[in-house]
Amino acid sequence: MSESIKPSTPQTDTETGDDETPVVAMDAPLALLAELTHRCPFQCPYCSNPLELEAASKELDTAAWCRVMDEAAEMGMHQVHFSGGEPTLRKDLEELVGHATKTGLYSNLITAGGTLLDEARIQNMAKLGLEHVQLSFDDIDEKNADHISGYKGGHKTKLNIAKWVRDAGLPLTINAVCHRQNIHHLEDFIQLAVDCGADRLEVAQVQYYGWALKNRAAFITTPQQLDEATATVEAARERLKGTLVIDYVIPDYYAKRPKVCMGGWARRFMNINPIGLALPCHAAEVIPELEFDSVKDHSLAWIWENSQSFNKFRGTDWMPEPCQSCDRKELDWGGCRCQAFALTGEAANTDPACDLSLFHEKIFGMAAAEALKPPPEFIYRRMGAKFNTPH
Amino acid sequence: MTDRVLIDEGSVPKLPNHVKLRFNEQRKQWVVLAPERLLVPDETSVEILQNCDGEVSVSGMIDVLAEKYNAPRDIIGKDVIELLQGLADKGFIVT
Repeated sequence: MSESIKPSTPQTDTETGDDETPVVAMDAPLALLAELTHRCPFQCPYCSNPLELEAASKELDTAAWCRVMDEAAEMGMHQVHFSGGEPTLRKDLEELVGHATKTGLYSNLITAGGTLLDEARIQNMAKLGLEHVQLSFDDIDEKNADHISGYKGGHKTKLNIAKWVRDAGLPLTINAVCHRQNIHHLEDFIQLAVDCGADRLEVAQVQYYGWALKNRAAFITTPQQLDEATATVEAARERLKGTLVIDYVIPDYYAKRPKVCMGGWARRFMNINPIGLALPCHAAEVIPELEFDSVKDHSLAWIWENSQSFNKFRGTDWMPEPCQSCDRKELDWGGCRCQAFALTGEAANTDPACDLSLFHEKIFGMAAAEALKPPPEFIYRRMGAKFNTPH
Repeated sequence: MTDRVLIDEGSVPKLPNHVKLRFNEQRKQWVVLAPERLLVPDETSVEILQNCDGEVSVSGMIDVLAEKYNAPRDIIGKDVIELLQGLADKGFIVT
């Protein structure tokens, strides 16, 4: 009877099986992903935001976000996830949290930390009805963590925030972003979550979208490293059963079948980007054939039903072979469209994570080869960054 | 770090603060909301979850359900404890 709702890592679905509730295609979405801003004090090279980041001057204002939440609740959505960028850079975050409470939406703050999230703000948001905080970490080693995030002192802010969140009585998820440059610290990462008093730990291997795809060679693990990490997580799950929930997101580059991306295209989530465009998935803007509609022009309900971008890959009619005749087509919904586009040039192609894809061996062989070479320098996530080499 | 919550007849379970049992008016459906998780409990589960208020014991819940459904207490008891233990292991129930 359960479902996983994971905006930051929509591909995880650890709760499938006999107790999963089927959701029909045109049922209302379950959750709203509100990307309040693309601004961020961190420059993490694994960011899944688009390469072209939106400027502050174009961001939706407070009233527009409040209206979006009203419409989400009216549609029957259950949850709102405030993300970004770094959502705590929005001065009106408290107001938005308070409004979420009024609408009955369960609110979740997805933050990387930074100095703008202080103890007073956390206490205030707890009072206003914030129901959960997810805090990401780059490593347990301060120096390496700050190197990865490009933010000197960033790691310290996260440790403080974890404490303040627990002091405020708010439940805490630690998101441990793992890759070849910190995977050897996984055991200590798990201990960090225990020490922080976290309720939940997400061990999230980097997924290769946006900036992360640009930096893939700097992050991708070997299949052997992945196996070791999996064993570490499984042992910790057994050891910490009933005290710490651990979700585990593996890089699908080494999978046989694709992930159930976003629970299926336009089936469960609506993502609103900082300037108000409604996206079926936070990475969807990479696909050039999609036409996005703005919450400034239409209601959420209209967009959910009518927007070209939502209907393009909804259901199974759009699927070519081998997906169309595959008995898993209503289980994994063909995997990830954004990945199919980024790696094969055609969004409707079978996700190359699937070993039935003609591209599977070539692309994943290339990634595995990258994992064996010394990692290149990071390309940090920055507004207006220029790239010499299209990937 | 806390120990694993073990459910038996003497337990007095409740939902932790961050877990909400809510009726979604638009969907006409009970849901359990937790960090990035959503449960859609069946009718019996809703009845049990509504009693997870930190006051009713598991034993009390079993008595009520056994009488209501006119079913053997040991069978109902096993089902209730199994359900609650499963929820506890996923962090939806504390004692």
